[in-house]
Amino acid sequence: MTGMRTLSFDAVIVGGGGAGLRAALQLSQSGYNTAVITKVFPTRSHTVSAQGGITCAIGSDDPDDDWRWHMYDTVKGSDYIGDQDAIEYMCSVGPQAVYELEHMGLPFSRTESGRIYQRPFGGQSKNYGKGGQAARTCAAADRTGHALLHTLYQGNLKNNTEFFNEWYATDLVRNSDGVIVGVIAICIETGETVFIKSKATVFATGGAGRIYASTTNALINTGDGVGMALRAGYPVQDIEMWQFHPTGIHGAGTLVTEGCRGEGGYLINKDGERFMERYAPNAKDLAGRDVVARSMALEILEGRGCGENGDHVLLKLDHLGEDVLNSKLPGILELSRTFAHVDPIKDPIPVVPTCHYMMGGIPTNVNGQALTQNSEGKDEIIPGLFAVGEVACVSVHGANRLGGNSLLDLVVFGRAAGKHIEDMLHQGMEHASVSDDDIQQAQNRLDRLNNSTSGESTAELRTELQSIMQNHFGVFRKGEFMREGIKKLASLRERIANVHLEDKSQTFNTARIEALELENLFEVAEATAIAAEGREESRGAHARDDFRDRDDENWLCHSMYFPIEKKIGKRDVNFSPKTVDTLEPQIRTY
Amino acid sequence: MLVSIYRYNPDTDEKPVMRDIEIELPEGKDLMVLDVLELAKQQDPTVVYRRSCREGVCGSDGMNINGTNGLACITPISQAVKPGGKLVLRPLPGLPVIRDLVVDMSIFYKQFEKVKPYLINDSAPPAIERLQSPEDREKLDGLYECILCACCSTNCPSFWWNPDKFIGPAGLLQAYRFLADTRDTADNERLSGLDDPFSVFRCRGIMNCVAVCPKGLNPTRAIGHIRSMLLQQGI
Amino acid sequence: MVTSVTNLGRSGLYDWLVQRLSAVILAAYSLCILASFVLNPDMDYEQWSSIFESNVMRIFSMITLFALCAHAWIGMWTISTDYLTTLQLGKRATFFRLLFQASCALLICVYLLWGIQIFWGN
Repeated sequence: MTGMRTLSFDAVIVGGGGAGLRAALQLSQSGYNTAVITKVFPTRSHTVSAQGGITCAIGSDDPDDDWRWHMYDTVKGSDYIGDQDAIEYMCSVGPQAVYELEHMGLPFSRTESGRIYQRPFGGQSKNYGKGGQAARTCAAADRTGHALLHTLYQGNLKNNTEFFNEWYATDLVRNSDGVIVGVIAICIETGETVFIKSKATVFATGGAGRIYASTTNALINTGDGVGMALRAGYPVQDIEMWQFHPTGIHGAGTLVTEGCRGEGGYLINKDGERFMERYAPNAKDLAGRDVVARSMALEILEGRGCGENGDHVLLKLDHLGEDVLNSKLPGILELSRTFAHVDPIKDPIPVVPTCHYMMGGIPTNVNGQALTQNSEGKDEIIPGLFAVGEVACVSVHGANRLGGNSLLDLVVFGRAAGKHIEDMLHQGMEHASVSDDDIQQAQNRLDRLNNSTSGESTAELRTELQSIMQNHFGVFRKGEFMREGIKKLASLRERIANVHLEDKSQTFNTARIEALELENLFEVAEATAIAAEGREESRGAHARDDFRDRDDENWLCHSMYFPIEKKIGKRDVNFSPKTVDTLEPQIRTY
Repeated sequence: MLVSIYRYNPDTDEKPVMRDIEIELPEGKDLMVLDVLELAKQQDPTVVYRRSCREGVCGSDGMNINGTNGLACITPISQAVKPGGKLVLRPLPGLPVIRDLVVDMSIFYKQFEKVKPYLINDSAPPAIERLQSPEDREKLDGLYECILCACCSTNCPSFWWNPDKFIGPAGLLQAYRFLADTRDTADNERLSGLDDPFSVFRCRGIMNCVAVCPKGLNPTRAIGHIRSMLLQQGI
Repeated sequence: MVTSVTNLGRSGLYDWLVQRLSAVILAAYSLCILASFVLNPDMDYEQWSSIFESNVMRIFSMITLFALCAHAWIGMWTISTDYLTTLQLGKRATFFRLLFQASCALLICVYLLWGIQIFWGN
């Protein structure tokens, strides 16, 4: 061997957020030797920041609620490029997955009858869009992500999952047969590098919102899974689809939940006008996030923004009354007071569309198995590799995710992947063979960084990357402008590859981790840029000034970004749900 | 602004030192302590601290800021330092330092794990959720919100003296979170695990935990409730 | 559950309760003595010792003495387990703690026996 220590597991999960912990729980419950590698202590993962809730037709608010209605909303929300078999699976299995969380102890808010409290969220309707607004988002006050993540961590403690807390996975290890056999990981505390060998490797590494300068995402959301997959030469799907959340606190980027509007809050411009009435006469402030974010951006562009620079709009909540705010949105009161210096009980919160969620990612099937395309453009399973949560693109969110669907995605597909791996292990899946060369291959990047003697600093390069993405690939996009951005990125690649690691010490070297993260950020950014330039239409979150309309003839499909050729390909959207009729694409209005 | 940071790298330093670094602050903006640290790290990439969500919900960046434990990301400079004063950053007290502002939290987590921080209910669950009235759910408010930042426990003298035996305010808050949950059926088991002279009873009601909790929670009150439950069970 | 063999009642609750109950007894006794001084400002030794002639007062005094001993033991034991630990003193801690606890125990025993002798001796 290469002198590196090898640890061996049935399954290794990279990432300790909601999806990773749900998958880990499934496997350790059935007694498999499961490890979770996570670069932060699990409860510090970004799932903790989710506020509003988990959308799911459990029929608490309305006993007649139907998962098919939820499916309809999700397909419509995705602007018809969400895979209908996957959405069907998520919406129909969702209630079971949510009940399991409740049985595990998740402290959901309650209705008078003792059931889980559900609040209205954007894009949710009854009776296939004909029955008005639905309240379908199960909530634990406005701290649902926190409650969910802690509950899952507690479940894993109960079931003795092995945790590698503050370990950082750097790259995939693949053998000569193309089977993924594990990852290389660094123990951040000691600096030791270890080969973690596994029969199944699950990426649950979350999003990459840090490619943008203004984001609701945590500092740790650096797209490590996407970066590793791209470096291994695997394609990513729909990576141009980035959700801009309508209500990030102006200046700070901190998220203000859609639940605020669900509870009755609304947006106003500088004239005090409730402008969403013009853009979405029916759903108003609870239209899809892409629609609301674009409307806000337009208000600001057309000079009706608030503040000295007219660069934001206001979210009005005071009319809801102190009691409702204290009981339903206590976390928002805290955040607004801290980051906006505004008390929502009296004054509106300054908000602006802010990068929030990566709809694209590693393509997978409903079992979480990562996919690639063969030379004939047919799907092929990557043996040994799985992806769940934000890093994956199943795809249930298509071109625009609905609020509350991300937490559902995490638990449903974390669970599904766990179950599938369980089956495979049960059927006798074995460790694939691996050679020193395979490991060394994965080790190269780390060696190069550790031996760097000159180059630019991580912080400067990161700032530059973020500003390119913010300026060239924001809410509104334009071909010419994007091509300029792509050029800038290309010149950045070399400089980032030569980033200089000044601090070579072993103990808790966060500078090393940040340098490695920067490379992942860059991979995601470049994929986003090329895919965004390639998709010549406007759909969901992808809005182009030069192609303003949706083009179902050419682009009712997934985009596939191939990193080696740096080219865009296409992949069919699934229109064949198993138990219900296909939902045909329609004009999307709210 | 002058920022004084506790520096210690076991690879190179024999002893920890407080080292000053001058940070240029942008005009007219009240930065958070974490923003200042990020600026410091841009100047000197060897400054080491934990951080993640930067909005006070993940609990990564608990540290001692001018003598008071708190989260760097939600502590504004104006609150931490008097005008013209120096920002002094040290690791959370009472835990072994790994490097700079990063402490070894294993013993803190161990105490948390001791209280069986998960719902125990061995009866078969219903086909839907277990029902719970809003009043019963309200009993969990002020308990479940804990973010495990360790600001409280590392501010507690009893935890300093006996970190291996006294569960500490954070762990006890979680112990009570499950005792108070009407869906949990393991009250007796939980209480008998706590009835020794250290686990709960080392709390002296100093209330340092309450004073520093960044989420405004009250572990002392929870400990009082546990004591009452022990009393009711024991008499 | 942390096990300990040197604390008074083997249970945290028991120690905690004993310490509070004994504190109440000590407070009541102190008030009683204080009251007798206030009510008899010119008290001489004869009067003072006659107070302790009655069985009621003797029993009260004995109970207080026991309460004092228990209170003292719990308090001193707690101090020893706070400050004389491996964390503060290293490996020698167990020795010093035992030494300290044994000294306290001895002293408390001496006071207890001496007290019994004073109240019931003649």
